Amino acid sequence: MSLRRRLWRLWFLNENLRGYFLLLPTLLFVFVMLMVALVTLVVQSFWVNNPPGDAIQYTLENYSMLLTPHGEMYRVLLVRSLWLSLLMTISVILFTYPIAYVLAFHVHKHKVFWLIAISIPFWISYLLRVFSWKVILQHDGVINSILLGLGIINEPLDNLLHNRTAVVITLTHAWAAFAILPIYVSLEKIDRTLLEAASDLGDSFMRRFWRVTLPLSMPGVLGAVLLLFIRNVGDYVTPALVGGVSGTMLGNLIVSLFTDMDNEPLAAAVSIVMMLVLTLVVCVFVMIIGGRKRLKGVT
Amino acid sequence: MERLRRPGVVPLIIAFYMFILYAPVLLLPVFSLNDSIYMNFPLKAFTTKWYVEMANDVSLIKSLWASVKIALIAAFVSTVLGFLAAKAVTQYQMRWKGVLIGFIMLPLIVPSIILGASLLSFFRQFLDVNLSLWTVGLAHVLICIPFSMLVLVARLEGFDRSLEEASYDLGMSAWQTFRRVTLPLAMPGVLASMLLSFMVSFDEFLLAYFLSGNQATLPVYMFSLIRFPKSMPAVLALGSVILILSVVIIVVAEWLRRGKVKT
Repeated sequence: MSLRRRLWRLWFLNENLRGYFLLLPTLLFVFVMLMVALVTLVVQSFWVNNPPGDAIQYTLENYSMLLTPHGEMYRVLLVRSLWLSLLMTISVILFTYPIAYVLAFHVHKHKVFWLIAISIPFWISYLLRVFSWKVILQHDGVINSILLGLGIINEPLDNLLHNRTAVVITLTHAWAAFAILPIYVSLEKIDRTLLEAASDLGDSFMRRFWRVTLPLSMPGVLGAVLLLFIRNVGDYVTPALVGGVSGTMLGNLIVSLFTDMDNEPLAAAVSIVMMLVLTLVVCVFVMIIGGRKRLKGVT
Repeated sequence: MERLRRPGVVPLIIAFYMFILYAPVLLLPVFSLNDSIYMNFPLKAFTTKWYVEMANDVSLIKSLWASVKIALIAAFVSTVLGFLAAKAVTQYQMRWKGVLIGFIMLPLIVPSIILGASLLSFFRQFLDVNLSLWTVGLAHVLICIPFSMLVLVARLEGFDRSLEEASYDLGMSAWQTFRRVTLPLAMPGVLASMLLSFMVSFDEFLLAYFLSGNQATLPVYMFSLIRFPKSMPAVLALGSVILILSVVIIVVAEWLRRGKVKT
């Protein structure tokens, strides 16, 4: 048998090999663009900030600086970014759960239509959606002009834009669809007979919701929580457009380290620290959730 | 809640959410037709001059073409890669399948700023290439792959392998089988994947901001305009055009995606 024939036979007979072969290009691409790129970022974070062309020197300074009093701004912004991302995540879940619930249990006609209608705004340019909130909240913006026009206020409200509330509101709106869909899916999957059983056994609506519906919809909720929390810690656009000084987040600082301050190694170090802290927070969260599940399984 | 069963309550709740979700975005087209550079009520007068101004902005048109080119390439490449991967995970036995899928989904979860920073370092320090629209395109392929993969896995999940086997038995080559059996059956998924990837790339800001060098993509150019009130109305006009096109593209994509596999 020629080599070609032999390879051809191997290809046809060994199913699994074909699977791995098909997967290889995608896997390789993601591996290089994600993991290799991340490694280069880690390496760069140990560089001295020399002008390009100079010899590369290594240092721990970029990291140790973050622990000194000079690094206070970085620590403050990191904590604030985590905190705002958490607030935003909670606010998204509170905002989206009711509509996901209504869609899953009380809409019977044209479900697909409503699902598409709800997910469309998510696909519209993120930049434009954030920008529209700037238009709504700014000094001579929509809310102020309406309130002035109706005579409810005499002076435009100055505290709508450029603060943390504006950041949380804008992000909540921008990411809503990302939470509605997974929560809807997990609510939709709930076996309706369980709900009927709870009612038949005398549970009130609220009691049934707390003890049956909510726990069973947790996979969707937790999935959304993790995704939203992780993705938003490093947000740049929203704080840049509506955050002002008090709403600035770590992402803005990282970008300005890359651009205005021209200190790429430090920017790399701050990015790496952000990612490590984020990973740690997520791991602790997942462990607590996992631990609680196991505890419930025993009792 | 029994109250939800009362007629009129459910439509009211849905209307409320639709209003909150859509109203902010719909302000853009409203103000883009208003004859004032300030975006507030009451509206002054109807005008289309901002659209004329937009069409005459050379850098805007240039950045629009840059974005379209990148998005077309990213959509095509990510759909090819997503298709291969989706075919592999849906139709072959594989060890560590969940881990492998999870790994390919990572670009969806990792914060953009981390991706942007590491790709900047990768392209500039490791590969030593100049930033250009190509570097943006590669980064966009990375973030489009999870979307392509999700759409195509859903499409290929119900795929009947025996159709391909029948084709081989009838003497077709692998390529003929792909062209005449596999691809036509997967077509709605392939198109949906291309449309969604196109949108993801076309709208993407942060990675393009990091990686585009001195050639701006449309979102990067728009972001630079947002700081100047005078140029705002043209941005609104452009935003409205994008809005309408996006809605059309997404409706088509969702319609294709949610269709069932018919064989």
